[in-house]
Formats: sequence, structure tokens, C-alpha cells
Amino acid sequence: MIKDISLEKKQSRIVDPAKNLHQRQFTQKIAFAFIWLAGIIAIAALLFIVGYVVANGFKVINLEFLTTRPAGGVSGKGGISTTIVTTIYLVILTIAIAAPLGIGTAVFMVEYTTEYAGKKGLVGYLINLIRTSVEILAGVPSIIFGLFGFAVFVSYMKLKFSLLSAGLSGACLVLPLIIRTTEEALLTVPKSYREGSLALGTTKWQMVFGVVLPSALPGIITGIVLSVGRVIAETAVFWVTLGGSYRLPQNLLSSGRTMALHVYMLASETTAFDKALGTSAILIVIIILLNLAINISSKQFSKKFSGK
Amino acid sequence: MIDNNNVIPQTKISVENFNLFYGKFQALDKITIDIPVNQITAIIGPSGCGKSTFIRSFNRMNELIPSVRTEGHIILDGKNIFDIDPVELRKQVGMVFQRPNPFPKTIFENIAFGPRAHGIRDHRILEEIVEKSLRQAALWDEVKDTLNKSGLALSGGQQQRLCIARALAVEPEVILMDEPASALDPIATLKIEELIEQLKEKYTIVIVTHNMQQAARASDFTLFFNMAENRAGYLVESGKTTDIFTNPKNELTEQYISGRFG
Repeated sequence: MIKDISLEKKQSRIVDPAKNLHQRQFTQKIAFAFIWLAGIIAIAALLFIVGYVVANGFKVINLEFLTTRPAGGVSGKGGISTTIVTTIYLVILTIAIAAPLGIGTAVFMVEYTTEYAGKKGLVGYLINLIRTSVEILAGVPSIIFGLFGFAVFVSYMKLKFSLLSAGLSGACLVLPLIIRTTEEALLTVPKSYREGSLALGTTKWQMVFGVVLPSALPGIITGIVLSVGRVIAETAVFWVTLGGSYRLPQNLLSSGRTMALHVYMLASETTAFDKALGTSAILIVIIILLNLAINISSKQFSKKFSGK
Repeated sequence: MIDNNNVIPQTKISVENFNLFYGKFQALDKITIDIPVNQITAIIGPSGCGKSTFIRSFNRMNELIPSVRTEGHIILDGKNIFDIDPVELRKQVGMVFQRPNPFPKTIFENIAFGPRAHGIRDHRILEEIVEKSLRQAALWDEVKDTLNKSGLALSGGQQQRLCIARALAVEPEVILMDEPASALDPIATLKIEELIEQLKEKYTIVIVTHNMQQAARASDFTLFFNMAENRAGYLVESGKTTDIFTNPKNELTEQYISGRFG
């Protein structure tokens, strides 16, 4: 008889199927409405920020603004020509330092030491140490990289406030990003490519350089372009390593001012808030163009080699 | 007059008391066999009996797995392969894999990659090698106008012939094939079999196959592997393919080829 009672209980719990369906559809509608609302609010906020900066910024943008150098002073006279050039210099310098180091580290970790990962012994210990460091560094606030750069490059190595100090500090900032994106790109290269290459009697280095790195190139490029964006947008690191001179840097040991740094200085030390917005607008446009470039280039690349 | 059927062909690879371990697990147990030169030797047997592991020993690909340990000798042309640098060995002993694995490069670059890695820089010589290899792999007529297209754009059967051409381009003496047709449709499979038949004139071929008819059709010698009770693979029987399939000496072989297990 116990059986029968439990059966009865179960039956009483079953609701009318039509009503149940209606209820489930209703729940789904509420959930969808909420998800849509969240999406719309987030996108609207972003569009508002970009729209506000660009719309207000474009009031001050003209050829003169782009081609004259900042004049300094509390009124923030002048344009932004030298800050554009300094930004380009610094991007090139930072990537030139960070890309070979970062890609090399990732290749080392993925191609040469996978079999040691998680194992005891010196190499295994080293690999785990690098992995952990990269993860920690990726989450460290950028001003800490700046303070490190100031202490080591500016003061200890006596490189002063200079492009070189800033480039080295910037490289420290983007290294974790390049290492991680390259590592992920290398891990997606199928094992069959590696075996195919080794079976032809290539050395491991020929395999890495001839097959694995080219296959991982779209991912690696994405990492580098993201790093370029990071350098363009960075303020804190360069505030304490690059100095702030608005003159055009003459050599690696010259001080300078990037666009982002210029925005910061205009907003905090001058009355020219409109010019800060103008510079910001140009920064935003550059970053949007960079992102477009990543999308287009990685699509082209995968099209070319998937053969479709 | 000598009866050609009874001439014992020259040995290309001689395996002596070969054991292979993955960590503590023994995958191959005391294999001793001679692989004849310029013949097609098929290896058959149930899944997991170590067929692939066995042929991957011939070009030392197993060593890419850190826990692998081997005992015994594999002699290639009188030299123990474990005394040869693996990079040098793999130039002599080429390999075609189960799934076609062309590189994400153009057809031309897929084939030129090997010779280039071995130091050939002259573009004219590379062009010759590419054409010769593609002709040998019976792919030239289909791709001669599209050498600059991606190798991944080809069909599965074409990709596998591209991989064969790629292996031929470094001029190996032995070609190992690990179930080269198992991922292909029947027509593509037949093409690969015809190709293998032509290749034996110049190369010694060792082919692992799941497909009994394929072994019967396309090979001169057959090795039948099985698992022992401790799950280590061992060689049950070997001989001319015609003998193995018409007159197996071992009861297990008879059962396997008639489809009663495996």
C-alpha cells in the first residue's frame, strides 16, 4: 500500500500540461526581456561615452590641431602633433622589445617543455613558475609596472625619463598579454601538423618555425595588436617613466608625451578640457580602426589557408 | 630454373626481440620479424594490439611520448636505428598518417617543405621535386594548375595523396602507412591502394590496416598481431599474404581473417 500512496502524491504534483507550457513560455519571455534590457543598457552606455567624446572632441579637431605641437602652459595652447609621433615611436619600441621575448617564452613553454609541465625537477619547476608569474602579472595594476620601471630603468639604470625607460616598462606591461595569446595560439595548432613535420625528418626548430608558428600566426598577430592598443591607451606607466615633455623626442633617451598622457595632463593641469576631449576622440578612432584591422586580417588569413 | 615464388626477398628492416613500454604498461612483446625490401608488408590485428605503435617504432615517432621505453633492436640496412639520429632516420623512413594532415600551406609549399628543410634552396630544383612527387602520388594532373591553392582545399583522398607526395619528396627508402585509407571513401581508398602497388617498385612499404580485404588485395606479406593476456601486442603469424589468407597456420589467424573476432 505504501507504493500506492507515493504514486498518488506524484500524480498530484503533475500539473496540467497546457498550463505548464504556458508558464514555461512566460518565464522564458521574462528572461529574454531581461537579457535584452541588460544588453541594450550596456551598449547604450558605451555608445554614449564614445559619442560624447567624439562629438565634443571633434569641435577642436582641425588640421592645425593635428599638425602643431603642444605649447604648454595652464591654458593648454597648441595642438598634438608631437604626442602622435611619440605614441607611434613608443608603440614600435615597446612591441620590438616585447614581441620577440613574449613569443619566445610561449614557444619555449609550449613546444620545448610540455612534457615537463606539472612534473618535479628543475625544468618542471621553472615552467610552473613562469606560468604562475605570467598569470599574476596579467592581473597587476599598470601603475605598479610604472613604479617598477621608475625604480629600475629610470633611477637604477639611469635611463632617466625617456623613450627607452618607457619602452622597457611598457614591454613589461604587455609581455603577459603576448605570452598568453601566443601560448593559446600555439596550443590550437593540431598535433598532426607537428607529427607530419617531424616525420619528414625536420628538426624540432624547423617544425616550430616552418609549420607551428605560421599556423599560429593569426592568434599571435591578434595578441600583438591588442598589445599595441594597450600601449596606446596606457597612461600610468608612462606618466612615471616617459616624463612629459611635449617636444619631439630626438633619441631613445629623450623624454616625451604620448596622446593618452597628453589627455591626462590636459585634463589635470590645464583649463583646456575641450582639447583633452579632442585628443581622446582621436585615440578612440585609432583604437576602433585597430580592432577593425584585427578582424579583417585574421579573417583574410584563415580564408587563405582553410581554402574555402 | 628458379621458381620466383620461392625466392626469399632481401631484408630491409630486421626487428629483433623488440619490446616497447608506455610507462609500466608493455605494449609490444618480443617482436622478431624481417621486413622485405621493395614489398608491401601489411600489419593486421584487432584494435589495441600495437600495430600503430609497432610501425611508429620504425621512425622513432614513439619517442615523442615521454614515457616510452624500448628494448631490443630494429636494424635498417645493417644499422641499428637507435644509433641513428632520429632526424636523419626519419628522412630515410617516411610516414603517412591515418588522417590526412596537410600543412595549412599551398600545395607547392606542402611538398617543398621537406626538401627545403633538408637544405635544397634552388627554386627550379624544388619545382622539379614537387612535380615528380605529385606525379608519383598520381595527383599531378588534378592539381597542376592550382599549386598555389591551400592543401586544405583538396578533398580527403586528394589530401592523403598530397601527404604521400610530401613523404616521397624527401626521397625515403621506406614508407610507413598507418591506416592511410581509413578516413577515406571507397573510391579514394582504391586509388590509394593502386598508388601503393606502384610505389613498391622503388620503396619498401609497411602498412597498418584494419581492413582485411585491403590487406589481401594490396599486400605481399602479412603480419598478424594480437593481444596477449597481459594486453601486450605480440606477433601471431607472418608470411606471404596469399598463404596467410588461404592457409593460416594459427587458429587465431584463421578466426580473425574469417571475421570471428577483432
